[in-house]
Amino acid sequence: MTELIETDTWVEIHTIILPAGERASQVPKDTQKVPLEMRAKGFLVEPAALGDEVEIVTPAGRRLRGILSEVNPAYTHQFGVPTPELSTIGREVRAILRQRGQLK
Amino acid sequence: MIESARYEALMSRRSEIMKQSVGIDYSQYETGVIAFDYEKLFVDTGYDVNTAREIQSNTAVGNTPLIELKNITALARVAASPGKGARVFIKDEAANPSGSFKDRRASLSVHEAKRKNFTGVVAATSGNYGAAVASQAAKAGLRCIVVQEAFDSQGTAQPEIAEKTRACEAYGAEVIRLSVGPELFYVFLHVLEETGYFNASLYTPYSVLGIETLGYELALQMQKQSHVFPDVVIATHAGGGNVTGTSRGLRKAGAVDTQVIAASVDLSGLHMASDHDFNRKSFTTGHTGFSMPFTTWPDRVDVPRNAARALRYMDRFVTVTQGEVFYITQILAELEGLQRGPAGNTSLAAAFAIAQELDEEKIIVVQETEYTGAGKHPFAQLNLAKQMGVTVRRGDPNDNKPGQRIVIPEHPSQIKVTDVELDRVRRSYLHHAIESLGEGGHLSDIDIDFLAAETRSSKTYVQEVINGLR
Repeated sequence: MTELIETDTWVEIHTIILPAGERASQVPKDTQKVPLEMRAKGFLVEPAALGDEVEIVTPAGRRLRGILSEVNPAYTHQFGVPTPELSTIGREVRAILRQRGQLK
Repeated sequence: MIESARYEALMSRRSEIMKQSVGIDYSQYETGVIAFDYEKLFVDTGYDVNTAREIQSNTAVGNTPLIELKNITALARVAASPGKGARVFIKDEAANPSGSFKDRRASLSVHEAKRKNFTGVVAATSGNYGAAVASQAAKAGLRCIVVQEAFDSQGTAQPEIAEKTRACEAYGAEVIRLSVGPELFYVFLHVLEETGYFNASLYTPYSVLGIETLGYELALQMQKQSHVFPDVVIATHAGGGNVTGTSRGLRKAGAVDTQVIAASVDLSGLHMASDHDFNRKSFTTGHTGFSMPFTTWPDRVDVPRNAARALRYMDRFVTVTQGEVFYITQILAELEGLQRGPAGNTSLAAAFAIAQELDEEKIIVVQETEYTGAGKHPFAQLNLAKQMGVTVRRGDPNDNKPGQRIVIPEHPSQIKVTDVELDRVRRSYLHHAIESLGEGGHLSDIDIDFLAAETRSSKTYVQEVINGLR
């Protein structure tokens, strides 16, 4: 049996607002081919499993319905590896200033 | 999922929802078929630059340092002809509570929302403005909802927007994240109607009045530090608020001869509503994808009349490339000890090039910085670019091609600005104006006057261009 996620857990829901093919007319072709999706976070109202249709209460106090997609979703944005194309710039411009006697 | 009937029904209630949620009846300002009383829109808010400063000081917004970038100036002089190389200063707007000048825009909107007894605020924004509204709302005890365009159909979030999501949530806001597309406006309207919250639009007079303090403040600071007004102020230009508010503030401080230059990152060729292009932009704001359409027709926004009308205020409009902005961002960190940007450094890249056109005793002010951090950083943006198949290399910035190649300069002398021909922008604006009239629309004298003011030209110019179009 799938384990239920407890009430009041911080979760994310996912819904389709507009399906592919029903997008606004001014939208470019590539965007027409994909749905308009929404993701929102809040506290789960009733115990449920991932993939269930659920209700959440958002930090603004709104009740939203959607498919339970993530539990306590991580912030995954980061810096990543340093960019080699940027890493020598400091050295280069300091050398230029040094040459002109502008920097010791 | 919504049915198209519901979609259309909501869209048809658009102006009523707007009126309720901004508390401004825009129809009372109409003076012609196109013309409206722009100045009265500001006067009727009851705020001026001094009340705005007072309100902002209550939430620690404004009074940011004005820093001389002596090493960057020295570097610009290396590339300049003898006697050239103006002094470059930067207004460190990252010192605002949520880390950007957007706190100024948010402060008056949130103050007004509270004054009018709204219980919450809503903003449609993927940028710094969301964090600013969330921060101001937190302080004011109002609820806050931010609607973002955040990820593409593969579920890949723009790293800078992902950081904004985190920041807004850190301030206790609800964040609605959407995939790519202008139908965001539908969701936004729906939220406004359902909640009855205040529409903290970027384009209300409150938002623009909030930026006037930036121009005003920097003029006074420069006057105090160097006993002169700046010769040039450069503003990163997207939706038009930054250029409009800064310029209005400068004038109110008496700096009427200061040249105002709008600077944008060149993203020509990339479509703003394209799912494919979304994560190939490498900049989420300060780029031509916003600045071109908003300069040539400002009223394409979430309120009936945009209070940000950049074409009225810009003396010059320039673009720089993505690679030049990343390059100057690195230099700002390593030569001046300031880790800021990157998007806000668009105007710094332009300043570096423009300083070389001016005599050494002239003064240029770059009027903003923004905070940096995970996601909101050149590494994050360039790693995503590489992942999306965009080439990142050192070379001549002329080889930069948005969405395909980001070329980081090899030498500071390669940083250049490209001038956008203002005559073309004016003609494009007038073309849009005529289009908006539709069949049989007739322009009165008041409309022609208005269009002359909008395009900073003359009635004769407007008539000539319009006659040529018809």
